[in-house]
Amino acid sequence: MDLKLDHRTEDGLTIVEVEGEIDVYTAPRLRELLIDLVNKGNFHLLVNMEKVDFLDSTGLGVLVGGLKRVRAHDGSLELVCTQERILKIFRITGLTKVFGIYASVDEAKEAHGKDK
Amino acid sequence: MATVELMFSALPAHVRTARLVATAIARRTGVEESLLDEVRLAVGEACSRAVEAHRAHCPGEPIRIELKDDSGRFEVTVSDQAPSDEIKQEQPLDLGMLSDSFMSGFGIAVIAGLADDVEVFPSPKGMRIRMSWPAANGHPS
Repeated sequence: MDLKLDHRTEDGLTIVEVEGEIDVYTAPRLRELLIDLVNKGNFHLLVNMEKVDFLDSTGLGVLVGGLKRVRAHDGSLELVCTQERILKIFRITGLTKVFGIYASVDEAKEAHGKDK
Repeated sequence: MATVELMFSALPAHVRTARLVATAIARRTGVEESLLDEVRLAVGEACSRAVEAHRAHCPGEPIRIELKDDSGRFEVTVSDQAPSDEIKQEQPLDLGMLSDSFMSGFGIAVIAGLADDVEVFPSPKGMRIRMSWPAANGHPS
């Protein structure tokens, strides 16, 4: 399955919907979207990974790159993910300590609201 | 099952094909369903790393994958022809040091975390990554 990307803004949070496979072939498209969003002033990003079938280290690199960009603007990049096979990659690489990972968009929005 | 060999040019689009082939053969070889995601990811990581290395050093050369059933184990070897002196990254995480070059070491770290058994052979003539998983069901027809 290819990669489908969409985004919307709710309550000051830009929600990026990702569906499909994030790998060495498709990750550049996600990187371009994250860079574009930051360049347009969206510094609080929430990437919804619930429909991601596959994520490799190239995809992790794109997410880390996005995090570095938003942090340069005192922003945030957090994730929604409950799939064990995706979470496992974050655990193996230690990135669970770097990203805020939520069980749902609503949970992430609530936490984001409290942080404001 | 006899050995299956696959060669592909160093294009990112081919990595998905390599993942699909490896997963199909792993299933046929008798690797447990619960391990197939790990096979898919580990083979994808090894192929992605090889593609990136070839694109940097020798884009015209193909990457080779060998998949075989070896005494009750499903064994995958990914071989590239790009000079390599990469080492496994084991430093503690700090966002500031997560540069692109650091992230390139994540692929092997992920493989090491996924495969049941991994050996990495870097050399000036290329890197060979051999990984294997138990194939408990023997030889399905």
